[in-house]
Amino acid sequence: MTTTPTTPTLTLPAAHGSCPFDPPPAYDRAARQGSVTPAELLDGEFCWLVTGHQEVRTVLSDPRFSADARHPGFPFLTPGRRALAVNNPSFIRMDDPEHARLRRMVTKDFLVHKVDAMRPGIQRIVDGAIDRMTAAGTTADLVTDFALPVPSLVICLLLGVPYQDHELFQAQSRTLLDNRATQSAVEAAQRGLTGYLTELAEEKRKHPGDDMLSRLAAREDVSPAEIAATGLLLLVAGHETTANMTALSTVALLRRPEQVARLRADPGLVRGAVEELLRYLTIVQSGLPRVALKDVELGGTLVRAGQGVLAMLSTANRDEELFGTADELEVSRDARRHLAFGFGVHQCLGQPLARAELQIALETLLRRLPGLRITVPEEELVFRGHSVVYGVDSLPVAW
Amino acid sequence: MQVILDQDRCCSSGQCVLTAPEVFGQSDEDGLVMLRRSDPEPGLYADVRLAAALCPGGAITVGEATGTP
Ligand code: HEM
Ligand code: SF4
Repeated sequence: MTTTPTTPTLTLPAAHGSCPFDPPPAYDRAARQGSVTPAELLDGEFCWLVTGHQEVRTVLSDPRFSADARHPGFPFLTPGRRALAVNNPSFIRMDDPEHARLRRMVTKDFLVHKVDAMRPGIQRIVDGAIDRMTAAGTTADLVTDFALPVPSLVICLLLGVPYQDHELFQAQSRTLLDNRATQSAVEAAQRGLTGYLTELAEEKRKHPGDDMLSRLAAREDVSPAEIAATGLLLLVAGHETTANMTALSTVALLRRPEQVARLRADPGLVRGAVEELLRYLTIVQSGLPRVALKDVELGGTLVRAGQGVLAMLSTANRDEELFGTADELEVSRDARRHLAFGFGVHQCLGQPLARAELQIALETLLRRLPGLRITVPEEELVFRGHSVVYGVDSLPVAW
Repeated sequence: MQVILDQDRCCSSGQCVLTAPEVFGQSDEDGLVMLRRSDPEPGLYADVRLAAALCPGGAITVGEATGTP
């Protein structure tokens, strides 16, 4: 067992290499050295990079690892992320029982049968976006005209946020997730969104509607600050993730015409294809941060109490023992053991919704736009390596 | 096969419902996992085992049938 950290050679976050769909080569190299390897954060702090599938599952499900950023030693990728996790944190940065208390207030809206009942509504939103694209001509930016508005409209309806405010919350969400944003920019975006949601919740308390914010605002056992933090988490997580998955999936699929032809011929493949795309693309790319509360032996390495760890979903999802030719996208693969939604008690709350949105969006896009193609060379696409959530900035297409 | 649930550990991810919908459901009351049947037929064993492996909270335990009625 290794007990002393060797000198870290890797500084996080690392840059992408020549293939925009592969995890940064430095993570891949680390994964080949071992499932738990030493690394250094931008602020000079030491942390462990956890790359193996089983070790990632352990970090995310063992209560000896904490998601509460108020514990000393918690790893922060940037000063902005530190500010976000410490100022009025949402339940994604809490441990049970505090986490469970708040998460359970909102789980009922994300149950599988509840989300299934939303499918016709999601289909209408997807069809509406494509109707507007085809009415306007034969070219579009798939990000601003489709991938972003679809999940934004869905989460707005569910939360009770007026969609006409989308420019405000989309811009601020982007800042919150941007690793290049300064601490003051991140704090300003957080204050902006928190103020907006606090006012909205207050309004809903007086004039309730049939939506999540109204139901939260009507409760006696949750404070206005907690409602705003929960609303912010749902609003940001609810649209940026699915939007980036939709656009990036389109890029990944269109460079494989044979797989697209199979999906068009058999829409029954879409469900499995979405799992494989989640695995292959693993858009939450920068590692889920946790801190050890006790000494833990992890993959033959001793992680000391107070040391930070980053659970790298992207390398875990390229495990060749579990997935075979893991560096390939293969829509017919059984990818259900992927960790794209994380693991443990923080595993994505919105996953049934994200799956429904992606299945409907991709199936409808391929069916209704049979000539869909990207109109710029792939080298010209701007990939968002600087964001917590990977994707493309814009995606010019024609059909 | 015997399926045992620990609802305290359920975080309502829905993985079990997606993997073995014949066996697992979710309660409208509290959002937690429910068993639709506790002794699934052999054709469902593989799905139930996968559901237990995928459960992020470790709320599902699969025991082999003891043979006693
Ligand atoms: C493809 C789309 C999505 C991906 C890849 C994704 C990924 C993730 C991941 C990896 C986590 C775990 C974070 C951690 O453990 O530190 C997470 C948590 C979360 N996600 Fe998602 N997500 C997606 C869509 C959504 C949607 C549509 C919502 C809807 C509102 C959502 C809401 C949440 C919430 C509330 C949490 C925090 C759960 C907790 O801490 O208990 N996500 N997501
Ligand atoms: S998979 Fe586990 S945590 Fe998720 S709903 Fe089922 S029992 Fe609950």
